[in-house]
Amino acid sequence: MKRVGKQTWVFDDGVYIQAAAAAVGPLEADGPLGSYFDVCHRDLYCGEATWELAERRLMREAVDCCLQKAGVSAEEVDLFLAGDLLNQNATSNYVARELPIPFLCLFGACSTSMQTLAAAAAFVAGGLADRALAATSSHNATAERQFRYPTELGVQKPKTATFTVTGAGAALVGRAPGRWRVRAATIGKVVDAGLKNPLDMGAAMAPAAADTIEQHFRDLGVSPGDYDLIVTGDLSRVGSVIVRELLAESGYDVTDVYNDCGLMIYRPDQKVFAGGSGCACSAVVTYGYLLQELARGTFRRLFVVATGALLSQTMVQQKQSIPAIAHGVVIEAAGQEPDLPP
Amino acid sequence: MGLKSDYVREVKAFQPSPPYAANAVKAFFVGGMFCALAQWLADWYGGTFAASPLEAHLWASMVMAGLAIVLTAVGKYDDFSQFAGAGATMLITGLANAIASAAIEHRSEGWTAGVAGQMLKAGGAAVIYGLIAAYVLGLVWP
Repeated sequence: MKRVGKQTWVFDDGVYIQAAAAAVGPLEADGPLGSYFDVCHRDLYCGEATWELAERRLMREAVDCCLQKAGVSAEEVDLFLAGDLLNQNATSNYVARELPIPFLCLFGACSTSMQTLAAAAAFVAGGLADRALAATSSHNATAERQFRYPTELGVQKPKTATFTVTGAGAALVGRAPGRWRVRAATIGKVVDAGLKNPLDMGAAMAPAAADTIEQHFRDLGVSPGDYDLIVTGDLSRVGSVIVRELLAESGYDVTDVYNDCGLMIYRPDQKVFAGGSGCACSAVVTYGYLLQELARGTFRRLFVVATGALLSQTMVQQKQSIPAIAHGVVIEAAGQEPDLPP
Repeated sequence: MGLKSDYVREVKAFQPSPPYAANAVKAFFVGGMFCALAQWLADWYGGTFAASPLEAHLWASMVMAGLAIVLTAVGKYDDFSQFAGAGATMLITGLANAIASAAIEHRSEGWTAGVAGQMLKAGGAAVIYGLIAAYVLGLVWP
C-alpha cells in the first residue's frame, strides 16, 4: 500500500472484496436492478414496527448475507466499519451491538459506502485486519423524517429533489484472493460550492464529485479511457449533467464511461423526481449490480465515486450553505486486471 | 466563462425551473373546487339545519379538515399535494394534513413525547401566525 499523489491510496499488494450483499425495499426491488439484490422486501416496514427498526433489519440482513456468501463467521472478522444517515449513526451502532466485531463508526452522508470500503481496504492493506466488513444503509422514511418533513405531509417537491433509497449494502474485504480486487481509493476533500437548497443536492454535490475525480486522474496519471465505468453515487438527473460539464471544463471527457447510481436504480417511470439518493443508493448498486457484472466480465475496472451532501437541518435553517464530499474506490475483476498506469 | 467561474449563478442553467404557470392553474382550480365544496356544505348546513352563517361555516371547515385527515391517514394527501401544490396546502385541509401527518409520524415515540409533543411541528407556525393575524385583524376590523 502506498499513497500516490496527494489524495490517492494504491493497494498494489492484493486487497480483495471476498463477498458483498445488498438488501432493498419494495421500490428498489421493482426497479431495473431488482434481480441483482440478495434480499428484497415487499413492504417499507420490512416486517418491523417502525421505519428505524426496518432500516436496522436491512443492514443486519446485508451483513448476514455477505458473511454467509463469504463462508465466514462474524467472529472471524477483525473490524466492522459502518455508517448511515440517522442521528448518532443509530442504525450502524445498533447493528454493531449485535456483532462480536470491533467497530469503527463512520459518517460521510451518502459517501459512506465508499468511505467505509476505502477505510476497510486500508486497514487490511496496512495489516491491522485480516478481514474487515464495510456496511451502510438508508431508508426513505427515516431519512424523510431526519432531514425533511413528516412522510405524509403534503409538500410539492421540485423536480430537482431526490428520493432516498431504502436498502443496505455490505462488503467483506480481506487479504485472501476473491473475485474483486480493490485497486485504489481517492479520499475526497470537503467542497462547498455555496448552494443552500436541500431539495437540490445533486447540484450541491457535483463540484465535490468533480474535485475527487479530477484529483484521482491527476494523482494516478490516468484518463477516463482507463475505466470501463466511472459511476457517481447519487447526483441524479441534475447533478450528473453538471459533473460532466465540470470535468469537461477541466479537459476530461467522461461522457462515454459515465453513469450515476441514482439514475440506474429506478426506472424512468418510477416517481422519484430527479433520481435516487442516500447511502444505500451507491451501496446496493455497487454491491448488487456492479460487482456481479464485474464478475461476469461486462466490466473490468470501475471507479465508484460515492457522493455525500453533509447536510445538517439546523445549519440549513441558519442559512448556511451545504458542504459536500466524494470518495472514490477503484474496483477490478480479479485475475484480469488491465495495467494501471504508471 | 464557465461553471467553475461563478458556480452559484451558472448552475441555474442546469436546474430545471418549476412549471410556475401550470402549478398556478392547478392550484387555482383544485383549491377553488375545495372552496366551492366547503361553501356548498355551509349553504347546506344553513338551509337544512337552520344553522347560523358562523355555525355553518365552522361545521363546513370541520368536515373539510376531517376529510383531509382521512386522506392523510390512508397516505393519499401527500400525492394530492404534489399535484395540486398551493391548492392543497393553503386551505384548512393543508393545516389538518400538517398536524395529522406529524402526529402519525411520531406515533412510534409514544402518545406524550411523540404524538402530542410533535403534533404541531409542521403546522405550528400556521397556528401561531394565524392567531396573531386574527388578533391584529380583530383590532382594526371590528
